[in-house]
Order: sequence, then structure tokens, then C-alpha cells
Amino acid sequence: MSKDAVTFTIDGVEVKAKPDQTIMEAADAAGIYIPRLCYHKDLLPGGHCRVCTVRVNGRPANACTFPVNSGIVVENDTEELKALRRDIIEMLFVEGNHYCPSCEASGKCELQAMAYRLELLTPQMPYAWPKRELDATHPDVYLDRDRCILCGRCVRASVQLDGKRVFGFENRGAQKRIAVDSATGMGDTDLSAKDRAASICPTGCLTIKRQGYLTPVGKRPYDKVPIGSDIEKKQAAG
Amino acid sequence: MTKPLVATGHFTGCFGCHMSLLDIDERILDLVQLVEFDKSPINDIKTFNRPVDIGIIEGGVSNSENVEFLREFRKYCKILVAIGSCALTGGVPAMRNTVPLKECLQEAYLDGPTIVNGVIPNDPELPILLDRVYPCHEVVKIDYFLPGCPPSGDTLFNAIVALLKGDALALPYELVKYD
Amino acid sequence: MAEDMRSLVNQTVERFGKDRHRLMDIARALHARLGYLSEETIGHTAQALGIHRVEVRDMVSFYSFFSRKKQGKTVIHLCNAVVERMKGADAVGRAFERELGIHFGETTPDDAITLHHTACIGLSDQAPSALINGIPFTNLKPEDVPGIVKAIREGEDMLNMPQAEVDSNVRRPGEVIFAPMERGAAIRKAINMTPESVINEINKGRLRGRGGAGFPTAMKWDFCRKAKGNAHYLVCNADEGEPGTFKDRAILQECPDLVFEGMTVAGYAIGAREGIMYLRGEYEYLLPSLERVLAKRRHLGLLGENICGCEGFSFNIRIQMGAGAYVCGEESALLESAEGKRGAPRDRPPFPVQKGYKGEPTSVNNVETLCCAARILDRGGEWFASMGSRDSTGTKLLSVSGDCEHPGVYELPYGITVKKLIDMVGASDAQAVQVGGPSGRCLAPKDFGRSISFEDVPTGGSVIIIGPERDLLECVRQFTEFFVEESCGWCVPCRSGTTILLKTLEKVMEGRGSRSDLANLEKLGKTVKTMSRCGLGQTAANPILTTINGFPDLYEARIKHEEYTPAFDFKKALEVGCEAAGRNLELEGIHV
Repeated sequence: MSKDAVTFTIDGVEVKAKPDQTIMEAADAAGIYIPRLCYHKDLLPGGHCRVCTVRVNGRPANACTFPVNSGIVVENDTEELKALRRDIIEMLFVEGNHYCPSCEASGKCELQAMAYRLELLTPQMPYAWPKRELDATHPDVYLDRDRCILCGRCVRASVQLDGKRVFGFENRGAQKRIAVDSATGMGDTDLSAKDRAASICPTGCLTIKRQGYLTPVGKRPYDKVPIGSDIEKKQAAG
Repeated sequence: MTKPLVATGHFTGCFGCHMSLLDIDERILDLVQLVEFDKSPINDIKTFNRPVDIGIIEGGVSNSENVEFLREFRKYCKILVAIGSCALTGGVPAMRNTVPLKECLQEAYLDGPTIVNGVIPNDPELPILLDRVYPCHEVVKIDYFLPGCPPSGDTLFNAIVALLKGDALALPYELVKYD
Repeated sequence: MAEDMRSLVNQTVERFGKDRHRLMDIARALHARLGYLSEETIGHTAQALGIHRVEVRDMVSFYSFFSRKKQGKTVIHLCNAVVERMKGADAVGRAFERELGIHFGETTPDDAITLHHTACIGLSDQAPSALINGIPFTNLKPEDVPGIVKAIREGEDMLNMPQAEVDSNVRRPGEVIFAPMERGAAIRKAINMTPESVINEINKGRLRGRGGAGFPTAMKWDFCRKAKGNAHYLVCNADEGEPGTFKDRAILQECPDLVFEGMTVAGYAIGAREGIMYLRGEYEYLLPSLERVLAKRRHLGLLGENICGCEGFSFNIRIQMGAGAYVCGEESALLESAEGKRGAPRDRPPFPVQKGYKGEPTSVNNVETLCCAARILDRGGEWFASMGSRDSTGTKLLSVSGDCEHPGVYELPYGITVKKLIDMVGASDAQAVQVGGPSGRCLAPKDFGRSISFEDVPTGGSVIIIGPERDLLECVRQFTEFFVEESCGWCVPCRSGTTILLKTLEKVMEGRGSRSDLANLEKLGKTVKTMSRCGLGQTAANPILTTINGFPDLYEARIKHEEYTPAFDFKKALEVGCEAAGRNLELEGIHV
């Protein structure tokens, strides 16, 4: 650690960080898991989901964009924040159409896994049942907007990792949706199934065709261990 | 001491949750020691004879009959437990919820490519369809939820035993699943 | 035809220097010419700018004044904000529907007229109001409608219509804003001082931002001045979209020179060469007169190179038009919009003073704040600080509307009590006073002794009086609906949470709610407040939360006194099924 390392605390645990890190990056490196959905370590943060909201010196801030600072007091694993985050997950379930039993992303879906981790037994907020358009025009990739949580990962990945601009947003508020860079459908964009954007979706909204249900139940990433265990394992090992 | 009474019921779904209940294998003998079954498809008792302690229901609410039966369950059961995706969220039957009911019926009974002289079923014996499939908690108060499609035999057994003993319902991570 | 369009697009893009940052202006120009922005236009625009179609669509689809479907030659935007509805906007709306034979959101079969609703257009004091091809119509009555429609159909100049008139409606001028001014006086004082001393003078006046948040202006300028960048920018926020606010409209009508004077002083203080006034799309009708004032100031040497002979001080102002999005009043969303993108707020830090317009240090100040700044330079910080209260110096413009005898703009020293204000405007019998618009708070009579100031009840200027006969919860419902419509959709708690708040509130208002629903409203309100990304979401639950707090009896009276009641409406749920199958509940004796 360089001499200008920053020291602060997360839930009372002292964490050392580089001065240009965000709270999320510092926490990950220290083996402390802050729940998140739209964040991806290979992408610039988007600040969409707000699941990573922590309290910094008492004020709410999202860990994925907030820079570390010497002496800040960060609260993460508290009952209050858990309940607030659970509300966000619940909102995502009722604003989209998430049919987990038949979804090929079940077991590896980060939305579902976050619900498990935050102990949400079932959403009870009023369902929206929106009509959402499916795009199956691409030979190798599906876009099933029913399952979209507007995390924007595909939008960012296409630009930042693939050097393209296949995805964008459209409309605002509850009508906001993922759009593709063509007048017709995803099939007329330059998306390739090999693009990072095609496989970076946290849910089953963007999926590679002919790859569904390959992993048996019981062997999928979140069947046995909660999401975030990999990061927490680092702490146990360290 | 009389044994606690349990009733089970099913609405719109596949009956898989009841199958899963039978999946507790030989533990069903333990369960029979602990409780007495009232109205349930398992023993084919069709009506409530008295108030029961625990009601266990599967399936979403898609028609008038579902609503009436669910309300009856709420009336007779001290504790009402909804089990499985359909009861909790509407489940797979709720896939029709994004299409207006009229369009669904027209496509199924009038305009579909294989239909000749179609008619939307209207026999008074048939329940009337609701505008959409509702999760149980949107129709009556539900006391406990057990997710899964179906919830595993272990989930159901552990939960029922905990309820009977009055223990807190703490299910291990791998037993709480939405699929 | 297609080639015509392509060349129109190319010319337009050329006119704005093929600059991607000017996409708002390009889209506005094309929309004005074509009446809408088709997927084809979007594609050509992207091509001409060398960007992707999805980027253009992203921006265009965000703003309510851009349509992607063909519109009528004349577009009527009838305002349906809360105050407008209090004053009879619904009846005017029905009259338009009847006269045109269409519903809202539709176009007449001859493609002549399209009818839309729109959120507050800054005319609550002259409600009901509408924008007809951008021209404001005020004090509308249902009986005016046939004449207006006839005039449209006959191609008359709408500006000649008697209703096409906006009164600045300044009921009470004060010493800071609506006082006589000498053009250039503040600038001349400023350039004889160092920028640091200018900031110091503002600091002496203890000037705080008038948009509502109250950040000390001197501190903002100081941060911006000291931040390193390739260029510094000054942005004037003239996007007052808070329902019930219209004080900037009055300023821009009455004393635009004072605003530009303030912008120039600010530009000098922070070291900016370029100033941008972001003017809300609803105020397009003010644009010609504002441009004339800017031209005059350039002519007088008050803008441009070496201003007032001050070697090296160059500053210019351009007006950036918005296109109908409340969230753009939030400073970081405003900057995104000014850069030609969707008006989605940014995460902070970095703050605009560090990374603002085009990623450079930017000071974003409210119209009224800049006027105060100009006046402080002219008359001194001490003079300014002698007015108002300790933490809230100077005067505040209040836009008063709703159930009162004298709606309009009042310039009053900070610290005035709500009681004194409502007596002054002829609303002594108010049931409630909504201070700061929907995002502010709803005050009950027990709170009328409180004062309008940063230390007590802050406001950006909106004061909506809710009279004794009003259904207050209906106002709360409409306010909540407003946030649903205006949420940008970037973050989950605001996009989804506001909708769920509205549904839960409606359940309570329909008499289907119970105590658990009230608890849910409070819990969810707290989630939306705590977890949202920007001020819109953080305040969207305020109408509900502040009325549950101030008017608990209104909610109590609507709920069932049971622990839990479902939202389910059996009879309603069966309607479609009965109709489709030709069944009759009553005949069949089905009890719901």
C-alpha cells in the first residue's frame, strides 16, 4: 500500500484503500461485500439500481461511485439498509414480468440471488404487469424485456468493452426501456454473441440462444451459496 | 389432547406443490402423527367441517371459484400459508397478465388458426375468469409465504413442523428458491 | 421527398456546427419544421452528426415536447397541473375534446390539430392555461374553446387572440429584484474589483441559492473559480418546473437585463468566457424578447470581447432551450440536457463546480440568485444582508397561486410567516399551504406561524393555497402522479417507487386501505427518499409524507379499521370475463 493510503471504516472494520478508489472497490478488495446489481467490476459505474447504497457519515450514498476518503464512517450491513435494499429488489420484481420458474436465468440470476440474500420471501408490492416487447430478431441473442431491470450494463459494456454502441435507453420513467441501434430490431445491429454486452446481463433479459438450461438445478451459481460469497471468501482466506 | 387440524387447497396451478408435499416420503407418517387433515385433496374431504389451525394453499387466483374458495380458506383457517410460485406471484399462469383477457379469449376461442365456428365458453357451470391472475395475498391476508416451483418436500416439512411447534420460521439458504 | 428530408437534416446539423452537444437545438429545429421526429429523421440526424441512431433516439424520446409520431399542424398543450385543475382545466379540456371530436393524445382526422396535456407551464396565477404551438393562452374558459378552435382552423394569427396574453402579475415589487436598474452598473463595479473581491462582496451579502437548496453562492463561485479545467462555464437555471412556480417568468418578462447582468458578473467572478441560460421549453415565447435584450447588450459592449473596456474580460451568453422535462431543473440533469443528452441526473461527487458542462468546472445558478448577485454588486453586500433574517438574507420571490384572491408574484423579505402571507394574498381561510411545490411540504394551520426562510420553511418560490373546500388528498394524489410522469427512470426507487406510492395512495382513497397501507406509505416513502439518486426522487414522497404528518385525520377517515385489507375488487375483476362470455352476475346469483 502506498504511503498515501486512505483509512476508513465499514461497519466498524478498518479498511485501507488507494485514494482513487470508490467505496465499492475498496470494500471488494477488503473482502467486504456490499450488495449491488447494476455494478460490474469491468464497467464504469452507472448508479441505476441504488442497491449499493450505504451510509457515509450518516448520509446515504451509493458505494459504486462514492470516492473513499480518510476517516469516513461507512455503514453497510445494517438492518435499516437491508430493509431499504430489499424494497428496491421488491420494486424490480413488481415493475417487470419475472416468471422465475420458467426462466433460464434462474439459479444464476443476480436479481433473484439478491432477493435470496436479502431474505425476500416474495414481493408483496402491487404488480405492474407491463406489456414489454420481445426482440428475437438476432440469430444468436434474445432480448426479453420482461426480465429487464434497466441496469444499463449492456449499454455500458457495448461502448466500454466492445467498442460498439448496440444498446441505449429510450423513453423515461416507467416507460423507459432498452433500445437497440437499428430501426428494426437487434438482428440489424452489429451485435455479436461473443460481445461482452451479450453476456453481461444480470438477469435473463439478454441471453445467448441455444445455451439455456445447460446447468442442472443444484449446480447453478446461487443454488447453494449466496451472491457475494466469492468476495467474502477472500476475507476469510485473507 | 386433540391434534392440530390442517387443510390444504389448490387454485390455478399445476398441483405440483401438493406433489411436493407427498415428496416428504416416509416423513408423512410423522406428519400424520402430528396433525389431522381436514379439507384437502389428499383425503378428498371437499368441505370445511370446522375451523382449522393451518391452511396450506397452492395456485394463483384466476377465476370466480378461486376467489370464493380462497375466501373460505381465510375464514376457516387460523393461519394461512401460501406455497409455491403461483400462489405467491401468480406464477406461470400469470403470463397471461400482460395480454388483456378479451384478447386472450378471442385468440383462444374465436380467432385462432384451428378454430371453426368458435364461441367463448359461457356455460353457467363454469367459473368466470378474472381480468388477470392474482397472487393470493392480493385477495386475502396471507400469514406465511413459502416460495418455490414447487417448494421442496424439505421446505414444506420443515415449515409445517416449525409452525406446529410455534418455532420461528428459519429456512436454510438452499431451501428458499423461486424456481 | 426522402432526399429533401436528408438535406434539411444536413443543413440543420451544419447550422449547429455539426456539434453533437447541440443535439437539443438540432432536434428542436427539425421538430419545428417537420412537426415530429420520425425514425427516419433520427437516422439521418445520427448519420449527419457521425453518431449512432440509438443515441439520438435516447435523447429525443426523453422529452415530452418531442414527438416521434406525426402531429397535427397545430398542437395544443393544455396544462393539467394541480392549480390549473382547481381553476377548471378539466372543463376546458372537455370543451376541447368536444369541439375537436378527439381525446387527449389524439390528432384530428384531417391532421390539423393535436391535443395533449402537459405539466405546469408556469401560469398557475392565470389558470387554466395552455400552449398552442408554443403561444401561451391564459384564463381560459370552456366557452372560449369554440372561438379558439375556429381561429386555428381558419389559420388566423394566434397571437391576436384575446386569450393569448401573459400578465407578469407582479403584485408586490421589492428592493432587490423588481427595482429600477441601470444597465451595466453592476458589471462596471465588478470589473474594478478582482474576481476574489467580487466573490467576497457576495459573501458579505450572505447570498444563498434561490432554487430552494440554499447553497451559499459565494462558496459555489469560489469552488468553481479554483477548480482546474480547460474552460469554466456559467449556467443560468431558467428551468423552473416546480408546479406552482412562475417567478422566473416574471423576472424574464420584467427585468431580463438584471439576469444577464448577474450572469456576466458571475462569469467574471468564476473566470468563464461562456454563459448558458437554460430556458424551459414552456417559455419559448419569451425567447425573442430575451434574444433582443442580448443583442442590445452586445451592442452596448456589455457582452462580447473586452466588456466595458476591461482588457481580457470576454463573456458571451447563449440561450439553450429545454423541451419539457421537470427533472432538468436539477442542475446535473440540466447539464446533461444542455450537452444534448437525456436529462438524467449525475451521481455526485464530482459536483458541477468540479466537473460540469462538458466535464469542465461550472457554476449553475438560479435566475433569481443571479439577479440578487447583480444587485449586491451594485448596492453592496451589507445593504443586501440588512434585509431578511439571519440565515436568509435579502428578499424572496414567491409565486402564489391556488385558492386565493390575489395570485401572482410577491417580492418579500425572507422570514415572513405563512400567516402574514396568506392574509396578504387573500387566503386567510386556507385549509393547507403547499410551500415549495409538490417537492416541498404541505403545511397545516398549526404550522402557519412558521416563517419562509432557509432556517425554517425553505422554498424555491412556489406557494400553492389549498382552500377549505378542497379535497386535499386529491391534490396529494395529483402531485404524486406528477412525480410518476416526470421521473427520469434512471434509478429504481424513483422510477418504480413513485408508481407504487401512487397505487397505494389510490387504494386508500378508494376506501380499500387499512392501517397497514398507511404504514406501507410511510415505509415506502422513506425508501424512495433515502435511496433515490437525485432531488426529484428524494422529494417525490413529500406530498404523502408531509400530509400523513400534518393531516392524519384525513387518512384515518378513509381507511378501514382492520389490520389488513386487500386491494382486490372482485366485481371489477369479473367485468371483462362476464362481458366476453356473456355472463351476468346478478342473473346467475353470483355474490361478489
